[in-house]
Amino acid sequence: MNSSVISQVFNFILLVLIQVLILNHINFLGYINPYLYILFIVLYPIKNDRIVFLLLSFLLGILVDIFSDSGGIHAAACVTIAYIRPLVLKWSFGTVYEHQTIKFNNVDFGSKLMYISILTVIHNLILFLLEVFNFSEILLTLQKTLFSSIFTILLCIIVTIIFSKRTK
Amino acid sequence: MQQILNFIIRNKNFLLYLLLLSLAIFFTIQTHSYQKSKFINSANFLSGGIYTRLNNINQYFDLKTQNEYLSDENARLRNRLQNYHISLEENYVDTTGFDGSYLFRPVLVIKNSYSATTNILLINKGSNDSIQQDFGLITPKGILGIVDKTSKNYATVISILNSKSKISAQLKKTNHFGTLTWDGISPKTVQLIDIPKIAPIVIGDTIVTSGRSVIFPKGIQIGTIESYKLDAAENNFEINVSLFNDMTNIEHAYIIEHLDAPEINNILNLSNEQ
Repeated sequence: MNSSVISQVFNFILLVLIQVLILNHINFLGYINPYLYILFIVLYPIKNDRIVFLLLSFLLGILVDIFSDSGGIHAAACVTIAYIRPLVLKWSFGTVYEHQTIKFNNVDFGSKLMYISILTVIHNLILFLLEVFNFSEILLTLQKTLFSSIFTILLCIIVTIIFSKRTK
Repeated sequence: MQQILNFIIRNKNFLLYLLLLSLAIFFTIQTHSYQKSKFINSANFLSGGIYTRLNNINQYFDLKTQNEYLSDENARLRNRLQNYHISLEENYVDTTGFDGSYLFRPVLVIKNSYSATTNILLINKGSNDSIQQDFGLITPKGILGIVDKTSKNYATVISILNSKSKISAQLKKTNHFGTLTWDGISPKTVQLIDIPKIAPIVIGDTIVTSGRSVIFPKGIQIGTIESYKLDAAENNFEINVSLFNDMTNIEHAYIIEHLDAPEINNILNLSNEQ
């Protein structure tokens, strides 16, 4: 048990509580909610045991599902972005990631925005596809995905900026 | 054998991903089939307990509105009681009231959602207070939904703002009835479909429950007609109903238990089997 594990556990619980107690009830313009809890998956250490990471993401999703009575839609979206995260990392950070030297606090803003945006949009798309569960309502699905993604990306960026530790 | 093992070890991440994804989709599909989701619902001690604590705090911020709301209802009930005494003295029997025997229990809605397409409410009473599946939930202004899952102290309610919800409703003026559904767009309006083309429909008319199921008594208010059009087959009307209830602000509600429901269901099942 080192301090990194403890802080991950703390993040995990805090993000789930913030999500289910506050953010799920924002309902901006009737249906737009930010899904800040994916920040756990976004900021999870790069050097990890992928099996543990996948299982943790599933647990994160299913906890949010239990609180919001939504079956397994958050869990499905979470394991998917956890699974494709290495690809997205490689794509948005390029060689920095290949050398495993990346620190989220001191990468340039553009690639960080790109990284968070891709994960958020994929997460929201799967989430709303499964929630609406009806291909004839594809416009409603895309509309929900678009607005929720914008809201989520904004909030994620703000939170990462506010809580980034300046380790220089 | 060796090759199969090698294959599993090589692709263990992908296989684990597939396993977890299919588990999640299995849970999702279960919640989409009415009354079958067994594992994932908020009527358990963890989420129920946390929502109760949160509600204990949130209650205070809404006390004024809820008080006005309840005193409004008291006033209305007092009026009816007064008129009832008068009508008794005139030796007149009120036949417009609810038939059958219904039992009302006050409950608190401790979790409300209206932004998803399948919205579910959580109430603070469960099987310990003899709440069971298929009881109705109403406020003085209109219907809210039908009880789905119960645990000892909590129960989940399928809201009328849920694309799975199907409740029988009718026009107040005539007896033309249809099914109340929701298209998932606005929490202020629901859709009443399958109203025959012959029905006289006027914008602003009231829609009430039809009493054709054993869940709600006849004549509980739902909303008014906002707009209407013919459906794709041009045989039936599709009506947009604007709800009396503000579904985004709900706290005090009543569970309706139809005391004759087991008897009625029993006889229906018997005649279905024949």
